[in-house]
Amino acid sequence: MTQSNRHNAEGRVSEAPAAPAKRGSSLSRLGRNMAQWREASILLAAIVLVIYFQATSPAFLTLNNIGVLSQFATAVAIIAAGQVMVLICGELDLSVGQVYAITPFIMYFAQQAGLPLGVAIVLGLVVAALIGLVNGLITVGLGVSSFVTTLGMLFFIQGLTLTISGGFPVQPVAGEFWTAVLGGNVFGALLWMVAIALLFQFILFRTRWGLHTIATGGNPLGASQIGIRTGRVKIGNFMLCSMLGGFAGILDAFRIGSIDPLAGGTEIMFMAIASAVIGGTLLAGGSGTVIGALLGALVLAILKDGFTISGVSAYTFDMILGLAIVITMIMNVHLSRLRARGKT
Amino acid sequence: MTAATSSAGEEILRGENLSKSFGQVTALSDVSFRLKKGEVLALLGDNGAGKSTLMKILTGFHRPTSGSLYFDNQPVEFGSVTHARRAGIEPVYQDLALINELSVFRNMFLKREILRGGPLRLLNDAAMREKADAQLREIGIKLPSVDVPISKLSGGQRQAIAVARSVYSENVRVLLLDEPTAAMGVRESKQILDLIRRLKETSELAVIIVAHNYAQIFDVCDRINLLQYGTITFDRATADTSIQELTDIVVNSYRNADQTTPA
Repeated sequence: MTQSNRHNAEGRVSEAPAAPAKRGSSLSRLGRNMAQWREASILLAAIVLVIYFQATSPAFLTLNNIGVLSQFATAVAIIAAGQVMVLICGELDLSVGQVYAITPFIMYFAQQAGLPLGVAIVLGLVVAALIGLVNGLITVGLGVSSFVTTLGMLFFIQGLTLTISGGFPVQPVAGEFWTAVLGGNVFGALLWMVAIALLFQFILFRTRWGLHTIATGGNPLGASQIGIRTGRVKIGNFMLCSMLGGFAGILDAFRIGSIDPLAGGTEIMFMAIASAVIGGTLLAGGSGTVIGALLGALVLAILKDGFTISGVSAYTFDMILGLAIVITMIMNVHLSRLRARGKT
Repeated sequence: MTAATSSAGEEILRGENLSKSFGQVTALSDVSFRLKKGEVLALLGDNGAGKSTLMKILTGFHRPTSGSLYFDNQPVEFGSVTHARRAGIEPVYQDLALINELSVFRNMFLKREILRGGPLRLLNDAAMREKADAQLREIGIKLPSVDVPISKLSGGQRQAIAVARSVYSENVRVLLLDEPTAAMGVRESKQILDLIRRLKETSELAVIIVAHNYAQIFDVCDRINLLQYGTITFDRATADTSIQELTDIVVNSYRNADQTTPA
């Protein structure tokens, strides 16, 4: 129901700068567009939270803190972009947090074996893609639900990472420049996050692949009757999701300066799913946006960072986070219902 | 049963002695039928009479256990749905195969999207929007906008979109409509039947309508075939029969069924 709202909104938003003369009317039109735009509610939540935390603690909007905040958001948002693709075609990837952990190790061992950094990274991403391929093949080919497939993969990769690393963290090896480019510089990482989100939003709504992804999740039988190879679409998206998980792992490895076999895991995976869901992606498939998931990841990061600054303890934070997820969801469902009623 | 050549229209599709068994169960036995260009053929039958099995043979989903199909007077064996569609048999499934989340124009061009040139091969929304709009207008379907998502349309409008999509698919010769007026109000059914009439007037398209409610579709059909117990028991031009006659046949078969149930 929201698909074409998006397009309408996009179309009109791009018209907006054409008529700067009538300020008042274009402002109210912007307001109306906002109400139709389905990421509006989550964006609004983000803005309200920023205002609140800035009011309670002036340190919130300092450059330093924005850097800290984006550390919370980048990896989650990048994984969420892939998770959105998988969720839209009606599946789920629980193993992506483990792919996040193993990929930097693959890169590290490839470098130890004498390969240059670039090749090592590509090799890591290839392994990540292969994990996605196996997830997809088992899910599609053998008819096992992706929940079960990727749950199994989660434990398998976790064990594998611990085995190949011996359980010890290692240090990523790269020159100063490449360390900065690959996540060592916070704002570089932020740039990666935004670029990836925009790229996948674009893929989702402007390419045939995205269209077939939505069709596969929206009406699996109908899509295959039309001739869409829904199995292929699903496998492809599992691979994309896994690769994004791996890439997020590499960025964080350089940011933290350490490759930890227990990094990421289920927590980062669930944060990514929470971001996607808060951002309006349906777990049932067929509907969602990558930009929404990015905003979702930002909201989670703002909450986490804001509460930390305000001195709320980590225990309380988890309670508040849990409530925030459910409340945002309820607001989202409610708003889209209102939207559906308002527009015919 | 296969009446000798009637004068008007060349034959497009013919089935000869088709049968289909699933293990011990015989779903179809010895079905023969023929369809001419520009003709609307009703394939009537009760639930379980074998309609959907026959439909699935025609769309390439099932292969017949025995018997043969002729398309354009050439023997054909459809190995897959894609194969049958490429030959020109375009099914409109009962569930319509529409994607609720996508807009009308995106549904109409799903899997045959118009793309922009260049290495990125992006979707050409403007072209698809314009073409969808023109096509719908041409066959007389009125919609506020082709940007509306399918979920906002009525049952009749959805059916019309699904039909339009098939009618404008590349080399369609035979349109297969599976229960086009099922679960639809009187007014919506009328829209669909009017659409079929318009197609009949303006094109050479042959249409098979699979249905169990013959009263609704009786008027738009040129010929009626009745499928009972896996075989065709009645084949007559609509002009030579009546709803009353069909009702009598069906009522009689119910009575017989009552008496012979143990078999």
